[in-house]
Amino acid sequence: MNTAPSPGRRLIRLLPLLLLAAAPAMAQGSDPVPVNDSGATAWMLTSTTLVLLMVPGLAMFYGGLVRTKNVLGTMMHSFASMAIVGVLWAVVGYSLSFGPNALGGLIGWSKGLVLLRSIDHTIMSTGVPEYVFAMFQGKFAIITPALIAGAVAERISFKGWMAFITLWILFVYTPLCHWVWASDGFFFNMGAKGAIDFAGGTVVHISSGVSGLALALYLGARHGYPKAAMSPNNLVMTLMGAGLLWVGWFGFNAGSSIASNLDTARALCVTQVSAAAGALTWVLIETLRDERPTSLGMASGILAGLVVITPAAGVVQVGGAICLGIIASCACYAMIQLKNKLGYDDSLDAFGVHGTGGIIGAIGLVFFIRDSWWVEAGQKVAGWGVMKQLMVQLTAVGTTILFSVVMTLIIAFIVNKTIGLRVTESVEKTGLDHDIHGERGYGLANLN
Amino acid sequence: MKLITAIIKEEKLDEVREALIAAEIERITVNRVSGHGRQQEIVVQRGKTIIPNLIPKVQITIACNDEFEDLIVDTIVTTARENGGTVGDGKIFVQDLKECIRIRTGERGGKAI
Repeated sequence: MNTAPSPGRRLIRLLPLLLLAAAPAMAQGSDPVPVNDSGATAWMLTSTTLVLLMVPGLAMFYGGLVRTKNVLGTMMHSFASMAIVGVLWAVVGYSLSFGPNALGGLIGWSKGLVLLRSIDHTIMSTGVPEYVFAMFQGKFAIITPALIAGAVAERISFKGWMAFITLWILFVYTPLCHWVWASDGFFFNMGAKGAIDFAGGTVVHISSGVSGLALALYLGARHGYPKAAMSPNNLVMTLMGAGLLWVGWFGFNAGSSIASNLDTARALCVTQVSAAAGALTWVLIETLRDERPTSLGMASGILAGLVVITPAAGVVQVGGAICLGIIASCACYAMIQLKNKLGYDDSLDAFGVHGTGGIIGAIGLVFFIRDSWWVEAGQKVAGWGVMKQLMVQLTAVGTTILFSVVMTLIIAFIVNKTIGLRVTESVEKTGLDHDIHGERGYGLANLN
Repeated sequence: MKLITAIIKEEKLDEVREALIAAEIERITVNRVSGHGRQQEIVVQRGKTIIPNLIPKVQITIACNDEFEDLIVDTIVTTARENGGTVGDGKIFVQDLKECIRIRTGERGGKAI
């Protein structure tokens, strides 16, 4: 996660893996055994909890935006991810993501990490038990497929969704996560100090955003879109969801330092500022263009600001965070206008906000990196500068987009041909809640 | 003038509304209501079968001039029927309407509808 751990840190994190991979000769013999740092561990436990809080937050955000008949079905998409990925991550996901290179670095793998068996006694070099790190990473794996649900809301079948996210985690998320965050990952070691992705601009937001777009195009538009009005059933819930996401994002970004120190404080600070700048900008655009600042605009601006700062939180300062927040809201707003013109049905703008904001952040951060980072990069590779880092970022972003889109289409095709991915038109008209789940979201509004 | 009140399944609302709009019947009022007739809706909660006392339905109210009565009734009957007709599809009540007044202009009678 931390894009710039010292070489020593990296080795120590690898140490137990190497031992288990039966290659002890490669490990350095006399590193001191790390001791538990209760401060760092306490913050990482808090961060892990905060990131999980984002998932019901996202369920509320998306749930409020769909029509009344689909509120439960939509919230279930996020909760399904908690259930499926919650198990899958501990069984093989962590091993595939953070095990040592396998298949030429395409993926990680360590037999010992299956069911997290080999980390039962591990304290990482940062003083945090590896269990905490594994669970923290697991929450990222949970929220990422849940984000995709926004692009295909109100028409994907529940069974199809369950199958899709299972395959997506195994064949899209874990390879990307390995390339970007594992210490022997391909992007982690690119250029002077690796491709910069502090907390998931490429792994989480670009991957889910472009996958969402691909899946939305594959599924086709909802019945009646774009002619029929499809109004949000409960913007109050959407605003509460946006609030929970903002709060949870402090765990997401500040927790990604895997420490409790200066890096953590920097990440937390720029996260706050960028989210606020994004919210302000979106509301300002609406006031100027449409004369009405909307609550949905406020929520969207918050998200745009949070998404854009996610890859950048480790390297930019406050001024850069404000600029990125402003640019992100303008870009995401423009992308949604473009969507309305083109007429594709990215129902809740998963691509419009997460894809666009993620791409802007992962590329735009290059122009706002703090001086001390450049000094360190210059010491590693002489003459390392903006253009060179820009190329690294563009490579990472381009690869992520290409890989995610191609794999998503393959998975979508397979699931569609076997289990089926889209509900029938009659189910779509009746609503997911009634036909798939046999429940209704707002039963209490009716006498019984 | 007639006042048509239709009680239909909630999941049929969109279809009925779309069909009415297609037939150029665009002035309608919709309510959520609860009630019971002969339909029994079985709900399963935590593996336990529950039969709710009152079932949620949607009520559509349309005021119209006499010549539109058949068109409206036929449109609702054909679109609100599920699988060729099941218990719980609902009912339509048609009443004579004594007066209709448009608040904005104070117009009365058929032209106010």
